[in-house]
Amino acid sequence: MIDAPDLSLAALAPLLLVFGAACVGVLVEAFVPRDRRHAVQVAVALVGTVGGFAGTLLLAGTREVTAGAALAVDPAGLFLQATVVGLGALALLLFAERSLDPARSAFVASAAVPAGSVRDRELATSSRVQTEVYPLATFAIGGMMLFVTANDLLIMFVALEVLSLPLYLISGFARRRRLLSQEAALKYFLLGAFASAFFLYGLALVYGATGSIRLSEIRESASAEGGGVLLVLGLALLVVGLLFKASVAPFHAWTPDVYQGAPTPVTAFMAACTKVAAFGAILRLLYVGFGTEEWTWRPLVYGVAIVSMVVGAVLGLTQTDLKRMLAYSSIAHAGFLLTGVLGLGADGAGSGLAATMFYLLTYGLTTLGAFAVLTLVRDGDGEAVHLSQWAGLAARSPLTAAVMGLFLLALAGIPLTAGFTGKFAVFRAAIEQGAWPLVLVAVLASAVAAFFYLRVIVLMYFSPPAVDGPTVGVPGVPTTLVLAVTATATLVLGIVPGPVLDLAERAAIFVG
Amino acid sequence: MSDFPWLVAMIAVPAVGAAVVAALLKGRELLAKQLALAVSLVVLALAVLATVAFDRGGDRFQLTTSVSWIPDFGVDFALGVDGIALVMLLLIGVLVPLVVGASWEDPAPEGRSMRVFFAWLLLLEAMMVGVFAATDVFLFYVFFEAMLVPMYFLIGSFGGPRRQYAAVKFFLYSLVGGLVMLAAVIGLYVVSSSQLGEGTFAFDALRQLEIDPGVQKLLFLGFFVAFAIKAPLVPFHTWLPDSGAEAPIGGAVLLVGVLDKVGTFGFLRYCLPLFPDASRDFAPWILGLAVAGILYAALLAMGQSDMKRLVSYTSISHFGFIALGIFAFTTEAGTGAVLYMVNHGLATGLLFLVVGMLIARGGSRQIGDYGGVAAQAPKLAGAFLVAGLASLALPGTNSFVSEFLVLIGSYPSRPVFTVVATLGIILAALYILLMYQRTMHGPPRGVLMAAPDEAPGALGGGSTAVLTAPAPAPSRLRVADLSGRELVVVAPLVALIIVLGVYPQPLLDLIEPAVTATLSDLGAPR
Repeated sequence: MIDAPDLSLAALAPLLLVFGAACVGVLVEAFVPRDRRHAVQVAVALVGTVGGFAGTLLLAGTREVTAGAALAVDPAGLFLQATVVGLGALALLLFAERSLDPARSAFVASAAVPAGSVRDRELATSSRVQTEVYPLATFAIGGMMLFVTANDLLIMFVALEVLSLPLYLISGFARRRRLLSQEAALKYFLLGAFASAFFLYGLALVYGATGSIRLSEIRESASAEGGGVLLVLGLALLVVGLLFKASVAPFHAWTPDVYQGAPTPVTAFMAACTKVAAFGAILRLLYVGFGTEEWTWRPLVYGVAIVSMVVGAVLGLTQTDLKRMLAYSSIAHAGFLLTGVLGLGADGAGSGLAATMFYLLTYGLTTLGAFAVLTLVRDGDGEAVHLSQWAGLAARSPLTAAVMGLFLLALAGIPLTAGFTGKFAVFRAAIEQGAWPLVLVAVLASAVAAFFYLRVIVLMYFSPPAVDGPTVGVPGVPTTLVLAVTATATLVLGIVPGPVLDLAERAAIFVG
Repeated sequence: MSDFPWLVAMIAVPAVGAAVVAALLKGRELLAKQLALAVSLVVLALAVLATVAFDRGGDRFQLTTSVSWIPDFGVDFALGVDGIALVMLLLIGVLVPLVVGASWEDPAPEGRSMRVFFAWLLLLEAMMVGVFAATDVFLFYVFFEAMLVPMYFLIGSFGGPRRQYAAVKFFLYSLVGGLVMLAAVIGLYVVSSSQLGEGTFAFDALRQLEIDPGVQKLLFLGFFVAFAIKAPLVPFHTWLPDSGAEAPIGGAVLLVGVLDKVGTFGFLRYCLPLFPDASRDFAPWILGLAVAGILYAALLAMGQSDMKRLVSYTSISHFGFIALGIFAFTTEAGTGAVLYMVNHGLATGLLFLVVGMLIARGGSRQIGDYGGVAAQAPKLAGAFLVAGLASLALPGTNSFVSEFLVLIGSYPSRPVFTVVATLGIILAALYILLMYQRTMHGPPRGVLMAAPDEAPGALGGGSTAVLTAPAPAPSRLRVADLSGRELVVVAPLVALIIVLGVYPQPLLDLIEPAVTATLSDLGAPR
């Protein structure tokens, strides 16, 4: 007979709330009349995510391993959960924006209708809106929250799939440039399936080597018996699967295409939340599962960090599409984050965990804000994302340009913005562990990357306005709220980062 | 009175002023100018009062304020000045109101507003004060980098035809240097946490560290690259002529007069006391760069046809002298170098302002477009001559005192470098006097020969945009002499140049104890 595992419902409350909201969303889709469905869906999704966010805050300080040791609800996990669900709620607000697009939504009315067909053209001008995107995104958020607290590899894999599948789908939901969007979805799905297979194969090898899928038991077994070929190979495959999700070069090939093709709110969601979730899992896997066996993962992470920073910074220079540019920026930032991951000292000392978590928060807020600004600048064909279209934007809309300028300076890591504080934290963590050559590469990559952020500022501020340039839409309440929150946070975390840094420092504890 | 937070006020007043000016409604240009002038005069008054409150025989750092800022990093918002920083604050206080006055009638480029120009200018002033007043290395770094943003917008929004290129080049050069310094700053922190048990950025604590020589060299190089780009020393200098030439005149004055001094200030404040062994090891190399820069930049200056580029190159040459004085490790040379920093700000500031006034009249930056101006605008020519003579360090002007101190102080320890550097004085006379002679004397040329119906608007003062080459016409036009406003802008600098040339003692009294303290950190002079 099989005993039911102990479940600590309190510790699982945030997860249950978010998944519950997602399930209710599915029912709403079936039972609520179409004209009221959008409002109800938005409300359900926001109640779930905001409630989940509040739940993680209330749980602060919990250290519990629950659900048959499959989940570790610990301070670090809760910090990451709060980051994911908080950013997720903001991203949902972007989804709910209805005053920017003349068709009242960024999402296609019916994704199943072939692009370019007669029916598609009818729907393109109708006021029908897509509402399935809300439960799907809520499921993805739930999967991400599960991902960062998974204490065994099997749960981690399940969470990986729960967060990935909805993302594949909603990447293909763009209302405009539908073929590009569907291509993005397909590409993401195919490459993502590969990555999942890598992860699964790695899981099998690690199980073969250690006889367990629990992270703590893997660690014990690895320290007792040393790293055999199976274990090292398994670890490498697991890490590859996670690096793919985190869009770290050389596993980044999907990122620019998917970021470009997906609806911009979805891109914002992926850039912010998926990054946090994937790095949360990387941190837990490496710190808890392979914590002291530094020799096994350190050189690997060192190498991909350098590749990612260089690829992101250099290829970002050649981009002319803002969404692709931000995608390469995301790849470069993944490299900076890995620099922080290396800040793990012997016996779990070192400020790497706190620094990386803080960086994830700042990067998530800033990049979400930057994508939110992209949704405002439009021409007749949807969003105006070609660089040349942004020329002279400051003359046309000073406030939009100023907010975008702030986000770009933060991404470039200029002091008094959140980006600088985050960068400083991860560089410090890495130098403390003697990784100064890596930090030197990182600062040079930052300088290269700064060039493409600056280029946008040059265009917005120093160039004469384009003749038939795009218009800047007046955002509705949801987008305004997102911009206000992200811009304020970007400034506050740059000027008085003390309290949040302190929070990250105190939350830097993994159990399990 | 000494309890008043002078330095905090000197940062807060212009920062708040910048916000207010930026928030003014469109069309309130005059009010914006008046506010900017008032704010900058308040800062000047604060700087003077702070100097009065400063006790010359007292502690090394005075007027200190310290508040914990980011406890997790061990960062304090710590301000304080020694004599060196104090004279730089005075220089800022003097130059900014004059820059506001000089930019008073500048027309805004199309689609922009001078309101924004003055807002950025005030923000820049706040950052510049911060960078000299910080006594916490992290805080210094924050101001060092944040200072780039206002200057970037000043060049990029209000500069000359190639302003986009110049602005990005300026930003990226400084950023690269700054980021390398960031790595070194963190390295310093890590060393401090291993030696003191708790990481700190406080300058006074870091000064006490005993850093391993190998590590010292690496950290020294991290700081050195940032400061050498900023100063600029010769292989790192190529951004300055572009930025100096394309920046609006007001921006150029502050860029060369104050911003670049952060580099030489950094050598003295951070490189020497924190990394004494490395400083001594690298000194011959740096002196080599400095002396090469004096000669190389002077030769390049002679070859320029663009006046603003020429002045930028003269500055690079002068920065060579300052670096020579700093790395000679004697009290006279160090004191001379700091005095040079102030004098160069005044002399080159005046030179840039006068050149700007000339360009505003003629609409061209080319030397070849001017000739015989002195006959029509004697006051302009007079101010030009004073600025030029101060730049070539004629006895009786302020620069002579500092240049002489640098050379005489460097000779005992570094005779060869000093003798070679002396050649720079001769070259200085050549590039300055040639420019003066070609533009001010001789037969009228270039824009003065323009037909009256072709370019009348450009002659009374106007945009700095390069005009299409005016067709030579027989009729002659008058070039307006300095207006009352321009005289008010120029007069204080002329007066300071003469007064400090005759009686530099008050400044020397402020500078010398600080230089002595710096050199004692270094273990020199011997």
